[in-house]
Amino acid sequence: MSAKKGLNLTLKIWRQKNNKSKGQFETYKISDVSTDSSFLEMLDMLNEQLVNNGSEPVAFDHDCREGICGMCSLYINGRAHGPDTGITTCQLHMRMFKDGETITIEPWRSAAFPVIKDLVVDRSAFDRIMAAGGFVSVNTSGNTLDANAIPVPKEDADKAMDAAACIGCGACVATCKNGSAMLFVGAKVSQFALLPQGRVEAKRRVLNMVKQMDEEGFGNCSNIGACEIECPKGISLENIARMNREFLAAKFTTVD
Amino acid sequence: MSKLDSKIPAGPLADKWKNHKAHMNLVAPNNRDKIDIIVVGTGLAGGSAAATLAEQGYNVKAFCYQDSPRRAHSIAAQGGINAAKNYQNDGDSVYRLFYDTIKGGDYRAREANVHRLAEVSVNIIDQCVAQGVPFGREYGGQLDNRSFGGTQVKRTFYAKGQTGQQLLLGAYSAMSRQIGKGRIKMYNRHEMMDLVMVDGKARGIIARNLVTGEIERHSAHAVVIASGGYGNVYFLSTNAMGSNVSAAWKIHKKGAYFANPCFVQIHPTCIPVHGTQQSKLTLMSESLRNSGRIWVPKKIEDAQAIREGKLRPENIKEEDRDYYLERRYPAFGNLVPRDVASRAAKERCDAGFGIENNDTKEGVFLDFSTEIMKKGREAATEKNIHNPSEQQIYDLGKKWVEEKYGNLFQMYEKITADDPYVTPMKIYPAVHYTMGGVWVDYNLMSTIPGCFVIGEANFSDHGANRLGASALMQGLADGYFVLPYTIADYLSADIRTGQIPTNSSEFEAAEKEIQDKVNFFLTNKGTHSVDYFHKKLGNVMWNKVGMGRTPEGLAEAIKEIEEIRNDFWKNVKVPGEANGMNTELEKAFRVADFLELGQLMAKDALERKESCGGHFRWDHATPEGEAERDDENYKYVAAWEYKGDDINAEVLHKEELVYENIEVKTRSYK
Ligand SMILES: Cc1cc2nc3c(=O)[nH]c(=O)nc-3n(C[C@H](O)[C@H](O)[C@H](O)COP(=O)(O)OP(=O)(O)OC[C@H]3O[C@@H](n4cnc5c(N)ncnc54)[C@H](O)[C@@H]3O)c2cc1C
Ligand code: SF4
Ligand code: FES
Repeated sequence: MSAKKGLNLTLKIWRQKNNKSKGQFETYKISDVSTDSSFLEMLDMLNEQLVNNGSEPVAFDHDCREGICGMCSLYINGRAHGPDTGITTCQLHMRMFKDGETITIEPWRSAAFPVIKDLVVDRSAFDRIMAAGGFVSVNTSGNTLDANAIPVPKEDADKAMDAAACIGCGACVATCKNGSAMLFVGAKVSQFALLPQGRVEAKRRVLNMVKQMDEEGFGNCSNIGACEIECPKGISLENIARMNREFLAAKFTTVD
Repeated sequence: MSKLDSKIPAGPLADKWKNHKAHMNLVAPNNRDKIDIIVVGTGLAGGSAAATLAEQGYNVKAFCYQDSPRRAHSIAAQGGINAAKNYQNDGDSVYRLFYDTIKGGDYRAREANVHRLAEVSVNIIDQCVAQGVPFGREYGGQLDNRSFGGTQVKRTFYAKGQTGQQLLLGAYSAMSRQIGKGRIKMYNRHEMMDLVMVDGKARGIIARNLVTGEIERHSAHAVVIASGGYGNVYFLSTNAMGSNVSAAWKIHKKGAYFANPCFVQIHPTCIPVHGTQQSKLTLMSESLRNSGRIWVPKKIEDAQAIREGKLRPENIKEEDRDYYLERRYPAFGNLVPRDVASRAAKERCDAGFGIENNDTKEGVFLDFSTEIMKKGREAATEKNIHNPSEQQIYDLGKKWVEEKYGNLFQMYEKITADDPYVTPMKIYPAVHYTMGGVWVDYNLMSTIPGCFVIGEANFSDHGANRLGASALMQGLADGYFVLPYTIADYLSADIRTGQIPTNSSEFEAAEKEIQDKVNFFLTNKGTHSVDYFHKKLGNVMWNKVGMGRTPEGLAEAIKEIEEIRNDFWKNVKVPGEANGMNTELEKAFRVADFLELGQLMAKDALERKESCGGHFRWDHATPEGEAERDDENYKYVAAWEYKGDDINAEVLHKEELVYENIEVKTRSYK
């Protein structure tokens, strides 16, 4: 290997045994971290070090390490997914940090996302919102219309795709001072609202999803837009506006 | 006596599936809620199966190790999904998709299964569009297509570079609908630890709740394994970190045969390894090969200068570049199948022309400059810009590339800090997909009655190699359109069985075994972490059971893996507790299984004395370095039977492959 820079770092990491116990910050030193490594690879190194000393490694969520599964989280130096923009934590690289730096690492903090252990939180509230209406009610028989039977304007398909790109990571919630899930829900509502296939049950969908969102304990949106800035997939606030329009229209035209 | 009965229905190829469906036993709708089905895995295969089975009225329990079904590894698939729709009017048909898939698989896949896959591919696209999957469209509102390696038609449907994500979210939303109705009970953060058999049939599983550590018993009338592939046996691969073989390996130990374990796909376009701290390799979608040209410098001095950072690739003149795929394979050029492209890259790097500045000097260029200028010129003409400047052309071309591959380019830049619009991408092959897996018959049932295996976890559809965009197709075909029919045939005998109790001695014994293993790991006074062993295994696998294999290397690998295995059971150290989240413990169980599988892979590779698809033996190569297949002696599926701890004792069963409808030819892409 050619001479690549190795960083020496101090890490302040939130440790919490489980949901019932109290947590606190612990400080660790780590040296010779390659600037080509990802942030999670740096944590792997730390964990290897901890295991070798017989201590428990730091628990954190991750899987694809390609920025697409939405599993990794981490509040790094006060920002969701760390200092870079438009990426998840697994795509954050150590070249973003300086030698000798102290890095503070915390879990997502939101009432609707209880801590499970260390840096791992429970985001199943998102799944319950989806089960309340985040789908098109079509049977999975394959006996539907030919896929080209309903043309979809390219602009609509592209916009729906942009909304559908949400990875359900929860950075929007973690960043919002109200702990609002409006960007996540807005993205899903928008995807279907923009496509002919999702229109039929649009009213029921938005009412049910918003109701579930409220029941899960997410806060309200006060249009600050921090979520949009920290969203790794660039989901735009436009989706919240569209959801609000859909919601109001549904509310005033549905009798239940 | 072999249990290998493939149950391929009689009759002409094109009618087999139709006739089979018409004659299978059914479970009447009013009886379906008397039947419980366990689905392990919620990727494309498991997710689509769980949703469909629940919709049909069965009680479904679904399991995944992630915190949500939406995060299964299928989410990472970038490029696209094939279907024989012939929307582009370029001569595609069910037969052609079938033929390309068999040929791409080097004639080591089962004809009847592959034909069925091609048939139902057409419905998959209809289904996904109905679910609201936002596939790429043309300006006229119709679906757009691209082409992928190994084919000469445009049959690949895509949703930007996020096709797997969108297809999985489609299946997940279908699941969510059933979860909301209470038809699916979802067990997130649960890992299947073992299969429970009662009277020779699969009747349940032991699972570990990864949050509380609790060991749980779950019973069912049938168990469906949809746990994905085993590429992580190499430690470094494009698979998600948690991808593992455990569910498949556990059923293998209970009697399911494991087929063709040595068939591993090495994908040609991944970002090269950067160093020893690396945990994972990142794929750059194969769709990029539609627009990128692959090359290395012609002069070895240039390659060295590039590695040393003294020369920029942009500054190497056209005539000093070796577009080796276009040179060697003029008919397919940059679109040759993956095994061919991968080996060709290795050949150039072994010869000293590699361009990456890493330990192994391995890497080649994927260059978009020709395409940018070509598309730029086209766009200028379309826009009626006369005499456009070079810059104007470049800008228009860049815009086109950005629209098509923008997110991939961004991903590349974040990882490497290089701008691929300016500097060609650096790529190198990496372990990607496993064609081998649990042996299943035409009904997707393993050699254990009541235990079905779908998606990447089974072996059935890809042969020795897999063409691009065919794994997503297989996952969804199995889950939406094949298993839900074939499982009914099996379950029709179970409508009077009643609920399966979990207090039987079989459940008790299986639970105890897992409990004992947990205790062993947590009390073992070892000295090395789980990753230490996993990396050692990966090293042996990549060097000796990787892109090029020799009999000597494989024999050594078998011995070395056994040594690592013994060392693991003596010296592994797992800190933490049993009653709670313990990620090291999770890894320990998975690596224990990888160690056994790795040994079997080497054994299978040694046994197969030919080169085919993802299995290349240096002692079976033509003088030009192309693969030399041996149809006379190896036109079979190798299905291994477990015989206890000693992996060398596994018994080989052979399912002869019969090709009635196509002529078996030497694969050539020249
Ligand atoms: C980066 C990348 C890009 C790809 N691109 C393409 C592409 O463009 N086109 C294409 O056709 N194919 C592509 N593939 C291949 C394709 O994505 C996979 O083969 C396919 O998605 C596998 O689906 P699956 O449902 O079989 O398994 P997976 O999606 O891997 O799902 C496995 C499931 O099993 C669960 N599981 C595993 N073990 C256990 C256990 N012990 N207990 C409980 N649950 C368990 C997991 O939680 C998960 O839910 C790509 C693959 C990769 C890695
Ligand atoms: S909207 Fe953005 S930040 Fe929020 S969950 Fe989706 S991808 Fe994550
Ligand atoms: S680990 Fe999947 S998005 Fe980061």
